Amino acid sequence: MGKFYDEEMETLPADKLRALQSERLVKQVKRVWDNVPYYRKKMEAKGVTPDDIKGIEDLHKLPFMTKDDLRDAYPYGLLACDRKDVVRIHSTSGTTGKRVVAFYTQNDIDLWDNCCARALTAAGADEGDIVQVSYGYGLFTGGMGLHGGSTKLGCMTVPISSGNTERQIQFMTDLEASILCCTPSYAAYLAESINEQGMRDKIKLKAGIFGAEAWTEEMRADIEKKLGIKAYDIYGLTELSGPGVAYECEAQKGMHINEDHFIAEIINPKTQEVIPDNEKGELVFTSLTKEAFPLLRYRTKDLCVLNREKCSCGRTFVRMHKPMGRSDDMLIIRGVNVFPSQIETVLLKEGMPPNYQIIVDRVNNTDTFDINVEMTEDMFSDRMSKISEKEGHLMAALKTMLGIQAKVHLVAPKTIERSEGKAVRVIDKRKLY
Amino acid sequence: MAVKQISVFIENRVGGLAEVTDALGSANINIRALSISETSDFGILRLIVDDVNKAAKVMREGGFICQVTDVLAVAGEDKPGSIAKIISALTKGNVDMEYAYAFFAKNEDLAYMIVRVDDEEMDRAVRYLKDNGIQVVDEEDVMNL
Ligand SMILES: [Zn+2]
Repeated sequence: MGKFYDEEMETLPADKLRALQSERLVKQVKRVWDNVPYYRKKMEAKGVTPDDIKGIEDLHKLPFMTKDDLRDAYPYGLLACDRKDVVRIHSTSGTTGKRVVAFYTQNDIDLWDNCCARALTAAGADEGDIVQVSYGYGLFTGGMGLHGGSTKLGCMTVPISSGNTERQIQFMTDLEASILCCTPSYAAYLAESINEQGMRDKIKLKAGIFGAEAWTEEMRADIEKKLGIKAYDIYGLTELSGPGVAYECEAQKGMHINEDHFIAEIINPKTQEVIPDNEKGELVFTSLTKEAFPLLRYRTKDLCVLNREKCSCGRTFVRMHKPMGRSDDMLIIRGVNVFPSQIETVLLKEGMPPNYQIIVDRVNNTDTFDINVEMTEDMFSDRMSKISEKEGHLMAALKTMLGIQAKVHLVAPKTIERSEGKAVRVIDKRKLY
Repeated sequence: MAVKQISVFIENRVGGLAEVTDALGSANINIRALSISETSDFGILRLIVDDVNKAAKVMREGGFICQVTDVLAVAGEDKPGSIAKIISALTKGNVDMEYAYAFFAKNEDLAYMIVRVDDEEMDRAVRYLKDNGIQVVDEEDVMNL
């Protein structure tokens, strides 16, 4: 048995946990009904009132929430507290309509910090540790989330943020950082740089917490070997708080969901019916304790399996498998959410037919993002400068829409691969799932 | 005074160019001059042919992307310095040259050059060339080469 940050909660027997979830759910439903007209309308449309929700067994009666709801209610439509009680916001990247803006009261921040402190403890950290937080700080939840957890736990926290690899390695060696928090691709990149520079003997890392993007067991083995550490996964969504919704323990066999704060369900994404544990489906979360931005039955679109088997670490929280794909077509490229439909929108706006193909790969631990676009008579010219001008214009419009740079390649008409008459829009060579 | 040129989009892959020239050859179209400019992804094939309208039709029917534009064809003596003379005349006249390529006709003492200038600059360019004693050739002349 390992160490716990909050032993009582993390090892709460199943019946007590269920009772706690029921009590919190009833309160939360009442809260959103009273404070959020958007929720009230959605519940009324489904013929549900707070009186119908007497416990967790009634959860299925509540309507689902999706990213569309967040867009419709943007920016303040889902705020469930007074604006003056909000102390912070976080946001995902992407343009309006795809971007998520979430609100936090001080209590929300405290509970989120607790969740991250649990994750750090499960990875072997305590107040004697030096935690290098190499996630980006700012609107992104990664940096400030782990920073909050590390500070709460009493660790020496190094808020170095992402980038500047030389400085990362220098701080890591000089300060003798023992825990590294960043994206798995950046961890792999750092591991490579450290080995190339022959610094492997100089680092004192013992563990790393790596999340915010998909990674494989092979990647874990590689990072663990190159850095001589244990590498732990962590899961979260800005919609729910950020990293720390679920975290891995020493068993490294799935991530324990902080069930005192979140109820997890798995549904069939087509029929929207709840399906049993150990079957693959879409992960749905209900936040039980969030004050500012509580989401009920939020569809993550992440495909996943829940496992209620007893874990060797002693935690009773259900474990979720690493996400195994998406039930929508969203891609995460260099940490940014990309929907193919956004590319279609740009092409149509630029007066081009929406014939495109996205090719994503991972080279030297960095995602590459290429878009093939079929050349048209309108875009074509005998003058290279005119084509370059239009190509540059298209790339700028794509950057504005997507938030990251894609490399555009002009290809001959009708050359984009079609399978059964349908164009193949995405080729993801990263094999992340 | 302009000559019609056909430009065709070709992908940078083995056989990309041959597909175009084969299609034109099968349609009995004679290529008088040719140049290619390319990036890492694609190329622009520029051609002077004996029947530009037919060539454009053949290209479009074959699913190629093409465009017909006006270019200047100028002639100089087939000896050192004659191309330099053409270019310096255009430079002196501040005529922006987007691209140029040379070609040679059989049994002639003249060297020819295709020059692409801005459509609005065309008349001015012709004037400068003529003022500098350079022969500008018209469509018919080129076809008869
Ligand atoms: Zn465990």
